[in-house]
Amino acid sequence: MYSFSEVSLVLLDGFLVTLKLFALTLLFALPLGLILSFGSMSKFKPLSYLTKLFIWIIRGTPLMLQILVVFFVPGMLFDNPIFAQNRFLAALVTFVINYAAYFSEIYRGGIEGIPRGQYEAGQVLGLTKTQIFFKVVLMQVVKRIIAPMSNEIITLVKDTSLVRVISVIEIIKAAETFQAKGIIWPLFYTAVFYLAFCGILTLLFGYIEKKLSYYKN
Amino acid sequence: MAFLEISNLTKSFGKTEVLKGINFSIEKGEVVSIIGSSGSGKTTLLRCLNFLEIANGGTITIDDNCIFDASLHKKLSEAQKRINRLHFGLVFQSFNLFPQYNVLKNVMLAPTLLKTGSKEDIRETAEQLLERVGLGDKMDAYPCELSGGQQQRVAIARALAMHPEILCFDEPTSALDPSLTGEVLRVIRDLKDDGRTMIVVTHEMDFAKSVSDKVIFMADGVIEEMGTPEDVFDNPQSPKTKAFLSNTKF
Ligand SMILES: Nc1ncnc2c1ncn2[C@@H]1O[C@H](COP(=O)(O)OP(=O)(O)OP(=O)(O)O)[C@@H](O)[C@H]1O
Ligand SMILES: [Mg+2]
Repeated sequence: MYSFSEVSLVLLDGFLVTLKLFALTLLFALPLGLILSFGSMSKFKPLSYLTKLFIWIIRGTPLMLQILVVFFVPGMLFDNPIFAQNRFLAALVTFVINYAAYFSEIYRGGIEGIPRGQYEAGQVLGLTKTQIFFKVVLMQVVKRIIAPMSNEIITLVKDTSLVRVISVIEIIKAAETFQAKGIIWPLFYTAVFYLAFCGILTLLFGYIEKKLSYYKN
Repeated sequence: MAFLEISNLTKSFGKTEVLKGINFSIEKGEVVSIIGSSGSGKTTLLRCLNFLEIANGGTITIDDNCIFDASLHKKLSEAQKRINRLHFGLVFQSFNLFPQYNVLKNVMLAPTLLKTGSKEDIRETAEQLLERVGLGDKMDAYPCELSGGQQQRVAIARALAMHPEILCFDEPTSALDPSLTGEVLRVIRDLKDDGRTMIVVTHEMDFAKSVSDKVIFMADGVIEEMGTPEDVFDNPQSPKTKAFLSNTKF
């Protein structure tokens, strides 16, 4: 039999993997999503079509399938199972690509929602395109996208559990090791970790939204 | 030669020719009003002067210095557009203030980013301009906390902060509640007294008549009639001008 604290420690180990995947995904997918959104809004049509095709494929297929593809296909095609040694890396690469695609659509919506008059006001004052983006538009975009972003980021917390299909030992996979021995309650106990973490995120986003509510668009 | 010379300016969007050869000139310190029915090309003309649109033909000359010649500059670089824009300021019908910045920051933003002076000078100028438009007590307010008339006055101060040689207004009071137009028109009148050179597109005929040195009536992309306010309003020559004026309330 396992004591509560023993189980807690094992789950905590798994949860640290969950958190690591979560944090690294955000770190890379947030900027990559911005680049993708510029691609999909590009006036250069081939680039815009290519980016949109990519986003369609990523959003149109299950994340679990994508994890398997990234994990297995390099080995099958190039005889180079780069991820066999590093399952976590395979999971991370998939998550970054997947979430960048979703984020890019949120960014695009936010950027396209900024009235043209804001750009033109910057232009007639003599500002450069870069200055207009960073000093005029960006903060307004952040305010517009904070709600859909918080939704997506909270979904990410729970999506991390999918990586157990390639045996990355995140919290659910950790709990399943007990289940294999006939003990089921640790699996249900994982909910506490998710709830606590999502609770913190909800508070954080609420705080940011409040910070940004000092003005109305 | 006059201070600002516009010659043969043309602009098309696809197959529609919106400006069909605009010619006029302005002396320093003059106020020119542009009137005309909807779709006659007034906004397009101001946008061409501010290089938000690039004219297809014609020239723009300021102080004997030709800043734009369509036959030479088929394609203007972004940098060139920005340099040209600095000669002009534009106040929009819909104000277009930056909502995330307070009033003072709205006025200081462009001078600060473009380093037109020291931080202290920029701030001092901004505060003076806001005093000038009667908003000395609203510097810390955000645009969403202001009335339309106040927002438009901030927009005027913001445009002036870049020291444009010619300030353009595109129907500055059309988005305002009638009770608020007066305060904005008063500011424009004050600026005339300061000797500012201005081009004002407006539907406020009384104002155009009383403030302008010259009135331009536009119809279908051409200047149909141009002259002193007395010429255009009291003694119009063109049938189109007569029809327009008789349909417009004073
Ligand atoms: N970007 C554009 N693309 C295509 N057509 C345009 C564009 N901008 C303006 N036009 C057309 O050019 C014509 C002149 O428009 P403009 O806005 O200059 O008129 P205006 O005199 O300012 O009218 P209003 O009094 O309604 O403001 C209109 O027929 C308009 O539909
Ligand atoms: Mg117009």
